[in-house]
Amino acid sequence: MKKLINSPDTVVTEALEGVAAAHPSLAVDVENKVITRAGGPTPGKVGLVSGGGSGHEPLHGGFVGYGMLDAACPGEVFTSPVPDQMLIATQAVDGGAGVLHVVKNYTGDVLNFQMAAEMAGDEGIEVVPVVVNDDVAVEDSLYTAGRRGTGATVFVEKIAGALAEEGADLTAVAAVAREVNERSRSFGVALSSCIVPAAGKPTFELGEAEAELGIGIHGEPGRTRAAHARAEELAAVALDAISADLGIQGDLLVMVNGMGGTPLIELYLMFNEVRKYLEARGGHVARNLVGNYITSLEMQGFSVTVCRLTDTLARLWDAPVDTPALRWGR
Amino acid sequence: MDAEVFRAWITSAAGVIEANRDHLTQLDAAIGDADHGINLARGFTAVLSALDAGGGKTATPGSILTVTGNTLISKVGGASGPLYGMAFRRAGKALGDAADVDLPALSAALDAALAGVQQLGAAREGDKTMVDALAAATRAFSKAIAEGASPDDALASLADAAEAGAAATVSMQALKGRASYLGPRSVGHEDPGAVSTALILGALRDAARAGR
Repeated sequence: MKKLINSPDTVVTEALEGVAAAHPSLAVDVENKVITRAGGPTPGKVGLVSGGGSGHEPLHGGFVGYGMLDAACPGEVFTSPVPDQMLIATQAVDGGAGVLHVVKNYTGDVLNFQMAAEMAGDEGIEVVPVVVNDDVAVEDSLYTAGRRGTGATVFVEKIAGALAEEGADLTAVAAVAREVNERSRSFGVALSSCIVPAAGKPTFELGEAEAELGIGIHGEPGRTRAAHARAEELAAVALDAISADLGIQGDLLVMVNGMGGTPLIELYLMFNEVRKYLEARGGHVARNLVGNYITSLEMQGFSVTVCRLTDTLARLWDAPVDTPALRWGR
Repeated sequence: MDAEVFRAWITSAAGVIEANRDHLTQLDAAIGDADHGINLARGFTAVLSALDAGGGKTATPGSILTVTGNTLISKVGGASGPLYGMAFRRAGKALGDAADVDLPALSAALDAALAGVQQLGAAREGDKTMVDALAAATRAFSKAIAEGASPDDALASLADAAEAGAAATVSMQALKGRASYLGPRSVGHEDPGAVSTALILGALRDAARAGR
């Protein structure tokens, strides 16, 4: 394993110290592993808290700031944070209007956030959880833990964050978060594995000529392993899976996301393939995001997330945002 | 069995989890996300510190298990933190303030642990989870006690049934947790949570035998 680290045990805390030094707009509690906006809660505004395992940067800490999250709780690498962290974050951002928990659908994240919401409730803070489950690679059925939460999390945090910034109440903010989730679908493809620092070796083996179709964001395997193919064909695999579950029509918000080890030139090439596929089927790529937004350490690969916009969702997407990883209009 | 036996159980459990850290992580890499051994080892290290620092707060068997559960919830994360945390907390609560615990009381505490895990995780037997080891173990234990088995034999059936329950997960398709994403591809692998459960219950057998 070759990584830019000092010790596998201190990766998360040392990275948080770096985040604190790089971004004066953030307040970073390194000991408790909580990132909040500097300056404390905004009175009367719904607070947005998200969290999850580390290793997906910039998600979630990079999305803390004006127009998006109020706090993020990073867990150990690929491991859900613990309820104590989530409670500290929830208390720190409660401006009296309640707190939205944005939870990616993984058993660990859901269980820990559930406990944190109960603890916050005991302290008189109203918490509403919204579970994101956009990954079509996993069948949502009685036979699985349900679809995983992946790329749509970025859309949910941006759009619900914009509505909260406008002063909407908790019910409305939770409703728009659910609406974005319901209108979004994702699919990921990996060309290589990733190495969890504490494990020290690749999570899975993938042959030189293979691709893992439907990869999860922790390197957990997907639907099938297939021969690596041209970009056009991989785009079609992802979008066939998405369009089997979501009608592709009207204005679309499309993210082509890198898993951490994919050059930007390939992501742009892939975005071009994605755009051609969607427009050939009557969709209009009205907004886009191309880059590394929800990564899996150094994994090579990409994911596509498609959201069917409404006028309101497009307006909230365009609203000003000022975070380390997403910034416009302000 | 007094507080010393329970303290010895948790210490021994921490030891076997540490010794099997890489094995558990490897099992998890096959069907999950390759962190089970790492997370549990980190959690049990924190548990040992909490018990050392606990003083009078960890004077009874019940309080030792409660502190163990609370620490696992606070330190582990993932799904295993809340699930094991809940198991130990429920078992601790079931033991109450008793200074000494007999086999039926231990059996009731393990039943409470199983109920807590199932309430939180909603897994049933056959779903390829820790429940497959824990349910088989509690069932064998109460059966052995009801049939008048000696304490040594009853504890042996507890640990043996947990191991058999874990081994039985190899042929199952996962219906809960991260392994369920694999569907049929999860068949052929032993569930890491079931294996760690068997290790922890094996440590209970060893500590209880040594302590009597």
